[in-house]
Amino acid sequence: MADKLMKYADAVSKFDPVFGLEVHVELSTNTKLFCPAHIEFGGEPNSQLTPVSLGLPGSLPVVNKTAIDYAVKLGLALHCEIAEWSQFARKNYFYPDMPRDYQISQYDKPLNGNGYLDVELDDGEIFRVQIERAHVEDDAGKNTHVGGADGRIEGADHSLCDYNRAGVPLVEIVTKPVEGAGERAPEIAGAYVRAIRDIVKALNISHARMEQGNMRADVNVSLRRNEGDPLGTRSETKNVNTFKGIEKTMAYEIRRQAAILDAGGEILQETRHWDESSQSTAGGRVKSDADDYRYFPDPDLVMVHVTSDHIEELAKQMPEMPRERRARLKSEWGFSDLEMRDAVNADALDLIEATVQAGAKASGARKWWMGELSREANARDLTLAELPITPEDVAQVEALIAKGSLNDKLAKQTVSGVLAGEGTPEEVVSKHGYQVVSDDGALLAAIDEAFAANPDIVEKLKAGNMKPMGAIIGSVMKATHGQADAKAVRSIVSEKIASL
Amino acid sequence: MTQQTELVTLSAAQMAEAINAGEVSSRELVEAQLAAIDAAEPSIQAFLQVSRDQALQQADDFDARRQSGDVDGLPELAGVPIAVKDMIVTKGIATTAASKILEGWIPPYDATVVRKLKHAGMPILGKTNLDEFAQGSSTEHSAYQTTHNPWDTSRVPGGSGGGSASAVAAFEAPLALGTDTGGSIRQPGALTGTVGVKPTYGGVSRFGAIAMASSLDQIGPVSRTVLDAALLHEVIGGYDERDSTSIPKPLGKLADAAREGQRQDLHGMRVGLVKEIGGEGFQPGVEARFREAVSALEAMGAEVVEVSCPHFSYSLGAYYIIMPSEVSSNLARYDGMRYGLRVMPPEGKAQTAANMMAATREQGFGDEVKRRIILGTYALSAGYYDAWYGSAQKVRTLIIRDFAQAFEQVDVLVSPTSPSTAFKFGEKMDDPLTMYLNDVATIPANLAGVPAMSIPAGLSDDGLPVGFQFFAPQMKDEVMYKPAAALEAALLEQQHGPIWQSMNTPWLDGLNK
Repeated sequence: MADKLMKYADAVSKFDPVFGLEVHVELSTNTKLFCPAHIEFGGEPNSQLTPVSLGLPGSLPVVNKTAIDYAVKLGLALHCEIAEWSQFARKNYFYPDMPRDYQISQYDKPLNGNGYLDVELDDGEIFRVQIERAHVEDDAGKNTHVGGADGRIEGADHSLCDYNRAGVPLVEIVTKPVEGAGERAPEIAGAYVRAIRDIVKALNISHARMEQGNMRADVNVSLRRNEGDPLGTRSETKNVNTFKGIEKTMAYEIRRQAAILDAGGEILQETRHWDESSQSTAGGRVKSDADDYRYFPDPDLVMVHVTSDHIEELAKQMPEMPRERRARLKSEWGFSDLEMRDAVNADALDLIEATVQAGAKASGARKWWMGELSREANARDLTLAELPITPEDVAQVEALIAKGSLNDKLAKQTVSGVLAGEGTPEEVVSKHGYQVVSDDGALLAAIDEAFAANPDIVEKLKAGNMKPMGAIIGSVMKATHGQADAKAVRSIVSEKIASL
Repeated sequence: MTQQTELVTLSAAQMAEAINAGEVSSRELVEAQLAAIDAAEPSIQAFLQVSRDQALQQADDFDARRQSGDVDGLPELAGVPIAVKDMIVTKGIATTAASKILEGWIPPYDATVVRKLKHAGMPILGKTNLDEFAQGSSTEHSAYQTTHNPWDTSRVPGGSGGGSASAVAAFEAPLALGTDTGGSIRQPGALTGTVGVKPTYGGVSRFGAIAMASSLDQIGPVSRTVLDAALLHEVIGGYDERDSTSIPKPLGKLADAAREGQRQDLHGMRVGLVKEIGGEGFQPGVEARFREAVSALEAMGAEVVEVSCPHFSYSLGAYYIIMPSEVSSNLARYDGMRYGLRVMPPEGKAQTAANMMAATREQGFGDEVKRRIILGTYALSAGYYDAWYGSAQKVRTLIIRDFAQAFEQVDVLVSPTSPSTAFKFGEKMDDPLTMYLNDVATIPANLAGVPAMSIPAGLSDDGLPVGFQFFAPQMKDEVMYKPAAALEAALLEQQHGPIWQSMNTPWLDGLNK
């Protein structure tokens, strides 16, 4: 049954949306949160296990200190108060992907509390999102449902459990209710999650690959008639794992709830999920106060102690944060707002920076990564970083252009060669014999030929109509197999015409 | 007496001495114990599993090592066989916690204490019976068999570690490991006339001890003498990085303390009688033996005073909130998904994971375990948590404080271990509350994490053993070994030998070779 939806513009004019996000970030530690099982994405099912991560009788958890350090760094980046003493608690519920049938999480004594994150929107406006807590917990395994449609549990005839992911450390970042976002709520939500992604990447504490589930968000939305009214009943859409999905989920929920409320209906407190194929959220489990996880402090684990000295030490290791870094690079590179935003969205900052460090100009580096290489990446369905070309290669191409050894066309052919695995730009150039023809003798001969072949054009040029110049240059380039330097051709042609 | 009968009645320390003197091999000891097990088991039923081949192999390995002179760094008890409560996981040997839900499960790893036994060259004779998941005080709640008290086979051996206690009392093993959550080592010790020690919480690694109530569980020694317990305690104790609650400090000199105690000089030692343990509900014979033992301590020079621990009377109540709460969470993992029993839902019911879990747990757990899971689930429920679990934790803090204040006045505290001697099968099975009262004297030590031990204090008027309990301050386990060994030595003189001389052991008569 399709939901009734109100037009977005109407929905946000009639109602004030309030949202909250719970973002789960998988930490990129080598081993699990409570045991030394190795973590690797895509391993053989059930190959990354110890008695602890399988919850075997008698096994006991021991906290991975690196995971705590990572989480403290994230807390610092989110301006949180870091608790010197925090505590793990058991969240009890039965589910086949939970080896112990309880999750080890943090409850009333989380590691990080009371923070905020300033999120920069596309138009440069800064929106501050208040953060309630960022606590540490272990992930569950993964169920694969077989025999039904689209891998859903409905209609499946059996399920397979893979516990490789069970015990992988997570930080769950919970916002306070975000008020005052108005019609920009979806945009703010998307920007917030992107900002977190950038931060964890800068901290190097997560692979932060949404598509591999390293980051996922639960999106809570409620509506109220007027700002300042008590909060309405919310829906919770679980495990949304794309930025676009987060924005679309929120817009959809605003429209869906507005339609219900406007018709005098009531919002069901429930968990929903975002369905990419139908671009809608679908109802799941009705959530009620009867959900009782029977939290209590995990008696297997002593309290986590992070001394203030250690926090200070970690604070000293903090790298420049993404927003500050972007501002610095933008001014160093002289990019426009739009150019910077495109580079950020394409995940190209690191690549451009490395290209510049390898000797290229920022504009040149941007031209390659945001132009030719972005198109290549799209065509190959890869990220820019995954393309088989390095920033050093790009810088070398730029250097060859600057030297006059390559023109644009040859440079593109050289890059194609690098992408085809033919070696470094210099190797590609020498293999194919790419060389700009700048020998005046050969050029002059080609130009003379072109003049002789196109007397009508020469007449026009002589009369001061420079428009058909391109045809002369084109035939010169053809005659030299593209190896002529177009600039040089143009200047020689101009000189010759002037002297005729 | 045949030679094997002589061997199995030696203490562990004596066995170790005989090995060192070259008078006996580890294999001969294991063979003698296996013969005793074969002879005793029909009437005692202490073992769920006898690991005959592994034990002989371990003995041979040790003997070979000894012959090659490679015994550096081995503890005194090297080569001496031992039984292990089936609550402790043993690689390659089925481990059930005496529950149907773990039937057939063969652990792929060893508990830390088992690893230590193996490093020490101590052959493992088998796995001993217990109340299911260590929940009970009579071993009648085992899903597999009933263990009999060797003093009177119509009576229970106590619980939950009735298997380990009976095995040691019946000379099927010189030593055993137990687990003590509310008295499961000490109360069976009292009822079978053996020594049982609950070490300081965190003093012995819990890694590989199947969890009942994690904040209370502790692995400890079962033996026939105080010195044997101390020697075994030294083998299994110490910091373990795989147990987060393990205390990163070295153990005290336990065996030295026991040997010092054997000299029967307790001058300068202050002993506190816990005022709140005893009186109503305690058998007159139990109290009589207790008073005589206290006199013996005084006679050896100890200064005895009465000490009040006013919150001990709340300990049983607090225990029956905390323990089931942790049980309800710890036992959740037995859901049929990954190991052990799996029961599919009955026909007509949806064949879902949830229904399978329910059917498995319905069939796999016994009544007492279910009772505690239900109690604990309730106590942790939203809205009840503060009133139940929260209050119980406060009581726990008060009991810790009681101990701390008491230990400002005295070096050790003493009390009877159990209110009564061994009772008959079935006597308390229909009345859980009466059964729970068995642990009234032992529980305070678990709640506070302090060490405690029970040693035999003679026989009550009914001819059954009585236990005498010592408590010591946290991480000062050695402090209780000295007076315990002194009392043991004094009673040995008074009673002209160990109490088991009064026990009928017909199963030993048939041993030969």
